[in-house]
Amino acid sequence: MAQNSETFQKKNNLMPGITNTILRYLTMVVLSFLLFGLLLLIIGKDPIQSFRDIFTSTLGSPYGLSEVIVAMTPILLTGLAVALPSRIMLINVGAEGQLYIGAAFATWGALTFSSLPAWLLILLMMLLGMLGGALWAFIPAYLKSIGLVNETITSLLMNSIAPKIIGFLIFGFWHSAMDTNKTASFGPAARLPTFFGTRVSLGVVIGLVLLIAFWLFMKYSRWGLEMRAIGGNPQSARRNGIPLETYIVLIFCAGGAIAGLAGMVQASGYYGLMLTNFSIGWGFMGFLISWLVGGDPFGILIMSFLVSLIYSGGNLLQITSGVPYSIINILLALTLFVVLARPTLSRGKK
Amino acid sequence: MTLLSLLGILSSAIFSATSLLYTALGEVIHERAGMVNLGLEGILLVSAASGFAITVQSGSPYLGVLVAMISGALMNMVFGFLVISRKANQLASGLAVMFFGFGLSALIGNSYVGKRIHALPRFEIPGLSQLPTVVSSLFNFDLLIILVIPAAIFVWWLLFHTRWGLGVRSVGENADITFASGRNPYLLQFQALLLGGMLAGLGAAHIAIAYAMNWTEYMTGGRGFIAVALVIFSRWHPIRAISGALLFSASVAVQLVLQNSGINISPFLLECIPYILTLLVLIAWGGNRKLTAPASLGRVFQGSK
Repeated sequence: MAQNSETFQKKNNLMPGITNTILRYLTMVVLSFLLFGLLLLIIGKDPIQSFRDIFTSTLGSPYGLSEVIVAMTPILLTGLAVALPSRIMLINVGAEGQLYIGAAFATWGALTFSSLPAWLLILLMMLLGMLGGALWAFIPAYLKSIGLVNETITSLLMNSIAPKIIGFLIFGFWHSAMDTNKTASFGPAARLPTFFGTRVSLGVVIGLVLLIAFWLFMKYSRWGLEMRAIGGNPQSARRNGIPLETYIVLIFCAGGAIAGLAGMVQASGYYGLMLTNFSIGWGFMGFLISWLVGGDPFGILIMSFLVSLIYSGGNLLQITSGVPYSIINILLALTLFVVLARPTLSRGKK
Repeated sequence: MTLLSLLGILSSAIFSATSLLYTALGEVIHERAGMVNLGLEGILLVSAASGFAITVQSGSPYLGVLVAMISGALMNMVFGFLVISRKANQLASGLAVMFFGFGLSALIGNSYVGKRIHALPRFEIPGLSQLPTVVSSLFNFDLLIILVIPAAIFVWWLLFHTRWGLGVRSVGENADITFASGRNPYLLQFQALLLGGMLAGLGAAHIAIAYAMNWTEYMTGGRGFIAVALVIFSRWHPIRAISGALLFSASVAVQLVLQNSGINISPFLLECIPYILTLLVLIAWGGNRKLTAPASLGRVFQGSK
């Protein structure tokens, strides 16, 4: 296609170094902050003060920074859950649902085997979370691999089913004596360890390790090479003897497993219990992040940090400026718009 | 189980199906033009908030409906700018629009929380006046409900019996061919978004101004995503969307019926049924090319040079 060769040439001509990339992203972020500042001016708030609030409340103190990392943990994982299948041209819009089912499996483990020692129980819950997410991803993956239904549509549909199953389980069986919409708090053995007295849990370490593993896997392993071949041209990959269908199912389920792990991390590390509608769009945010950076592991890290910074900063903005918390979504969306409107940046990386 | 309670269930299903059907009709047009708009949730919220705000300000619900339509169209233009002008990924752009809608609607609606409005007036249906008022009052519909079926027929006529509709559908199948036949795919897609946004705005207006009659954050409660599922369920056809909308909104009502007759099924499981049916429909028709999605759905037309 003409477009492809054009972008390819552009990439070669420009040779964007890492500083160049960061500089361009920074420009875009500044642009979105300017737009948001304009909006704040229109509604009669002081933009300078608001931005100062956003940054001092997040980067200004160790506690603020730790809260950014807490917010970053799930979207780091769901971003990865989308990025992995995207390398073989599979679009996983279903991370939200996989996250729910993963959390449900992990919760079942926490409630059933609560007498196990902590290290074993955590490990078991992690495995169960991954199993749940992978099973939920298996349906779209299998339907795709036999060429029946597009995985985008099915994984999107299954997002709507998963929270209802969780509702059924919690209302019907798992709810605590006091509430009908959540379980009792997990015992200490079922909680992910946290660091330095903050709410930062082991989850973020898992996320970072997986991110590095993903990068190494794609770059140095035989399977990574074969995946790149499939991503480049599925037909020629098949003719070279790469089992396309097996890859579709395995990689999509692996993505689901990572999203399920994100669910386990949030149930065990963040809430310490399971409740209905417990995700605030983490799966969708992961999809956005992964697409914005073209599935690049380093980009996922940067972008999820930025998104979390904006979200955490919104908390203080609500208190000091008296605007509803959701308004921070505008700043977030403006940032996303500015990045989306420059598709050559993210497409060049794919 | 009396006749009256059955009619009550039907009436409540009609009321909650209306907004869903308008939104789904809009999405049918988007998707026929090759665009998946996942931003519907945000578009609905912004339309609902602005329509409600104008109704409070002006006292006229019809003006509110009009403003909701316009805001829906404007929000879709943001989406259009990203996916058509800037050729950004559709799913990601839709989700970004959704988050934008969360924020913008909260901003617009903030000072209108708890305000009261004159809701959209309801009309008596002439033939029903002989029936007892308990029954006939169930079927006093507002203008938006009365117009929803004609709207579906209008969209069907527009898509399948006009030159414009042919153009829109051809963009969804293969934009290169549309271009080669001398039509402008970008223009057609923008027009589809304009019309679809207005329909989604009508849906949102029905939620805020006729049905709930108030404004709360996130009040649309996932209807944008239900509409996307509904479009798939009705296989991209506006007329089939009518029955689909009733099915999707009836699951709660059905639960009441079952409870009354002594069968106790969790409402959560019943709410899954439409989605599972949609999945089954997809699997059943998956192999048949004629009955599947528009061929270029989600693909970005790169222009011909």
